[in-house]
Amino acid sequence: MTSAAPAAPLAASADADPVSGFVRQSLAIAEAEVRKLARDPTELLTRAVQPALWLIVFGSVFTRVRAIPTGNLSYLEFMAPGVLAQSVLFSAIFFGIAVIWERDLGIIHKLLVSPAYRGALVMGKALSAGLRGLSQAVIIYVLALVLGIHLQFSPFALLGVATIVMLGSALFATFSLIVACIVKTRERFMGIGQVLTMPLFFASNAIYPLAIMPPWLRAVARVNPLTYVVDALRGLMVQGGHSLFGAGADVALQAGVFVVLLTIAARLYPGLVR
Amino acid sequence: MPDIVIATTALTRRYDALVAVDHLDLEVRRGVIFGLLGPNGAGKTTTIKMLTTLLPPTSGAAWVAGFEVAKNPRDVRRRIGYVPQMVSADGALEFMGLAAAAEALVRTYSGGMIRRLELAQAMLHQPAVLFLDEPTIGLDPLARRAVWERLEELQDRQGTTILISTHDMEEADALCDELAIMHRGRVASRGTPAELKGQIGPDATLDDVFAGVAGGTIEAGGGYRDVRRTRSTARRLG
Repeated sequence: MTSAAPAAPLAASADADPVSGFVRQSLAIAEAEVRKLARDPTELLTRAVQPALWLIVFGSVFTRVRAIPTGNLSYLEFMAPGVLAQSVLFSAIFFGIAVIWERDLGIIHKLLVSPAYRGALVMGKALSAGLRGLSQAVIIYVLALVLGIHLQFSPFALLGVATIVMLGSALFATFSLIVACIVKTRERFMGIGQVLTMPLFFASNAIYPLAIMPPWLRAVARVNPLTYVVDALRGLMVQGGHSLFGAGADVALQAGVFVVLLTIAARLYPGLVR
Repeated sequence: MPDIVIATTALTRRYDALVAVDHLDLEVRRGVIFGLLGPNGAGKTTTIKMLTTLLPPTSGAAWVAGFEVAKNPRDVRRRIGYVPQMVSADGALEFMGLAAAAEALVRTYSGGMIRRLELAQAMLHQPAVLFLDEPTIGLDPLARRAVWERLEELQDRQGTTILISTHDMEEADALCDELAIMHRGRVASRGTPAELKGQIGPDATLDDVFAGVAGGTIEAGGGYRDVRRTRSTARRLG
């Protein structure tokens, strides 16, 4: 049965080159996100409250008691990269909820009926998360300066931090998308989101070094992607900080995990509307 | 023969034990406004989701604009536009950030304007086939008429084939060239509005036709979810 004839050739001329098509589509999704943020930036400011509390309250107290061995750094300097990583995690991990909301509005339906690559739809979201992460980084840099933390401002360090923040955000946002595709409702997602964030944060080197963890916790922290985000940031963000595994290895590991998650998410994404 | 733009043969979709669409055979000719009617849970939305490649069929096949939906979904997607059912005016505005941009602007965007905006969006790439799931639900009579006029314009000027689902018998009568009334996942009756009414009697309305097909009984298929969704859409669009 082939009675239905091909339609107008107009639409068929789309994406001659799959790579540029993929990039263009990803950027289009990210652009919509930036536009939303620009229209209503209050979210960015409210998200600054939590890291401020961690740095000003928690950080100041623990700097005084000197309970945690942090080598040549003050505790505040030690934890600043951890707080940045935490902001990245907390803002990215709830990305799935926005996607469920968009599904309920029929927006995901429209995107899935367009000829865009599924991978590009997910990549666009990951990119959006990265841009949000960057805005968090700016706020935390300002906070850190106010608190007298000595930051690195070499172009290499700044570029490195930006890369890690984007990559970490993309990774956790994509993970969040996968969770959204599985649970499908906001209520269930809220529950799971809460369950996920705290263990990811505490089972990492964000606020204490791997060296003082009990072996079982260290084992968990070693497979927690957040550990590698923190580790890389620790080497690049503050003066005198150094990373345990090397920023290159950290970035490579994150990139690998991200590609795997992106592949899974692209496969699951159409399931959101079924 | 090449004038058939949408065709299905024994198209079937199961959700576990529920057969939402059951061996559906459908043909829609080029340039026609085709209406899918039927009680809640009859399988209208499931059919549209399969035709728009959002949902893979359990069995059977469907062709849209010359391509088989399950085998060449990307080719199908290049040639279709889609306005889904659940979009609410408030939500859409909020999503676009207009809510924060200007209060006054929001108030001027009525449900009808949102629907027409969505239509424009779905027509951007000049699709050969346009799918609309309950396009005028919750709109006031004027807004509804404006959407109809826009659809007829698309049919006249661009020869777009349009498939809509609707519960609105006036819409089916006034807008659609051909109708299929679905019941329990199958086409129970089809024809032009005049033909369908003629089968019942000289003074029959489409309401009579619909009641005849649906049996006037309380439908087991239309679940609470369906009702709730329709209701909240109507409320938010209002």
